[in-house]
Amino acid sequence: MSILVNKNTNVLVQGITGKEGSFHTQKCIEYDTKVVAGVTPFKGKTLFNDSVPVYNTIKEAKKERRIDATMIFVPASFAAASVIEAVEAEIPLIVCITEGIPVMDMLNVKAALNCSNSIMIGPNCPGIITADECKIGIMPGFIHKKGSVGVLSRSGTLTYEAVNQLTKAGLGETTCIGIGGDPIIGSPFITFLKKFEDDPETKAVVMIGEIGGTAEEEASEFIKNNMKKPVIGFIAGKTAPAGKRMGHAGAIISGGKGTASEKLKTMEKNGIHIADNPSVIAETAKKALNL
Amino acid sequence: MDIHEYQAKELLSKRGVKTLRSILCHKPEEVYDAYKSLLSTVAVVKAQVHAGGRGKGGGVKIAKSADEAKSIAEKMLGMNLVTAQTGKEGKTVRKVLVEEGAEIIKEFYLSLTIDRKNAGIAFVVSAEGGMEIEEVSKNNPEKILTVSINPLYGLKPYHILEISLFLGIDKNLHGGFSKLINLLYGAFMGEDMSMLEINPLILTGSGEFIPLDAKIILDDNADFRHPAFKDLIDENEEEPLEVQAKSVGLNYIKLDGNVGCMVNGAGLAMATMDTIKEFGATPANFLDVGGTADSKRVETAFNILLSDKNVKGIFINIFGGIVKCDMVAEGVVSAAKNIGLKLPVVVRLEGTNADIAAKIIENSGMNFVSANSLADGAQKISKIVNG
Repeated sequence: MSILVNKNTNVLVQGITGKEGSFHTQKCIEYDTKVVAGVTPFKGKTLFNDSVPVYNTIKEAKKERRIDATMIFVPASFAAASVIEAVEAEIPLIVCITEGIPVMDMLNVKAALNCSNSIMIGPNCPGIITADECKIGIMPGFIHKKGSVGVLSRSGTLTYEAVNQLTKAGLGETTCIGIGGDPIIGSPFITFLKKFEDDPETKAVVMIGEIGGTAEEEASEFIKNNMKKPVIGFIAGKTAPAGKRMGHAGAIISGGKGTASEKLKTMEKNGIHIADNPSVIAETAKKALNL
Repeated sequence: MDIHEYQAKELLSKRGVKTLRSILCHKPEEVYDAYKSLLSTVAVVKAQVHAGGRGKGGGVKIAKSADEAKSIAEKMLGMNLVTAQTGKEGKTVRKVLVEEGAEIIKEFYLSLTIDRKNAGIAFVVSAEGGMEIEEVSKNNPEKILTVSINPLYGLKPYHILEISLFLGIDKNLHGGFSKLINLLYGAFMGEDMSMLEINPLILTGSGEFIPLDAKIILDDNADFRHPAFKDLIDENEEEPLEVQAKSVGLNYIKLDGNVGCMVNGAGLAMATMDTIKEFGATPANFLDVGGTADSKRVETAFNILLSDKNVKGIFINIFGGIVKCDMVAEGVVSAAKNIGLKLPVVVRLEGTNADIAAKIIENSGMNFVSANSLADGAQKISKIVNG
């Protein structure tokens, strides 16, 4: 078991022929992900790497293939429209890797998602991976190993840091999701925490947050009231100055709100096992699991 | 991106919002002429810098004659304005806005921001105009009203009514107020703003609502549909190193410490700074070199780090991922050799071929130390800079 994606997930790639899209699609195929179709306007009826059929639109692709998830590599100025195309086509899982989508466009996307059954991951994220089964994203596959910990994060390379530790510590992972570093993202931590709580293989969840917004506070309230499995938390940005955007569009302390210490206080109060620094994430997970 | 008050008012004015007449000046003589041409009995000279709290720092002064306006400008132009938002180093005033006076009956606070929690647009208002909203929020939260607008439905008359009633706007003035709120909402959406703050919004003697100050932050990511955004950039207002970094696609933010950091990925970069602090040293910067840490980028990054004279040592923390670590290591070594780097450098490379990379680092003949984890690296660099 795992959440959202497994070895039977049929994946579509929007923007499959672009530089990033083609490179990472290839890496996903090498991880044995079932990439069944691609979409690029005006490239319909061609093949990607002599094997994956390319269509002009999702509508065309859906006529010939069952699609469970889509991975989006479309440039930022068109990416929101691509997400909405996927929502309209009722694709259950939408993973948007693209960075730099305007906030107004994301507000639009959120409104569309709220009227649908699709779940969106991202944008500005590394994607989702179920170890040894299915990789939809840009994370390095080799650091992942099937195990017992679910991982959720607003970051990319920091997630790899955590995963690497979990793998080396022998805990391994079930599913790892980068939810995205933007101020408005498709789905909050809570969407996935629920699924991890229901997944019998997941024994604990690592949640990696950062400064800006209140997503971690809301997640920790949910955890306190709804979860029995231990959650290990880390917040990046204790040393970040106020008012500066720390790389991610969403990582900003504004009006004194969104600081690491504020988040850590709420998380601790709600029973989350705090990793004081990123190098003790796996260690903290082991302790939380009494290992 | 931040823009100046005068630019913010121009944007609003273009969208139909009434603003006071004002003239942008770069020299005291221009201020003299501006005062004369405004034909106002009183004018306000306002320093144009990207920071709030200008009034308290001496960046906003009232003049009652052209001579007085000129003498204010003589002191203000070129001055180093220190406010609560500039940091202790302050900001140099390069231009001032000369604005006509207005009869103020009442002052309000009004802002529009992105409501991250509800994925909407939030109006934040208070009758405590002219005060720092953070202060009001801390001491008298009941004096602040937040109204969240669902972008799918948009701004409706009942939203405006709620705001109007909360602020105690006279029934006879509701029509004018309502028109202003609609214009502001339209401007916020249409210009892709992430923040629009009017503090104060004034009610004048003639019953009009006018933004006396305006602060706008624009969403850089939307610049593809706003060609005019690039004309609003004032590089004088930005940290020169940050501008230089941005021009080559690096994300750099200067801080006060002495450990230069070079990391791939924003989250890991923040976590690296935090870990350095944990081991007793302080980070000199945030620097995300991005996914492809090749030799050229690393060289540029080194040069930026070295321009900060506080830097006593450098910590490179790269999680290789799809890129192979030995390639990154070779790039780092050749970049360091190219610029004749003398400072001690601790390098931590994780991912494919990390062991080969460590050997390349150790045998480079440079002042390099290899680290096998984030904590190990942070500890080593802290020890080096702390002597």
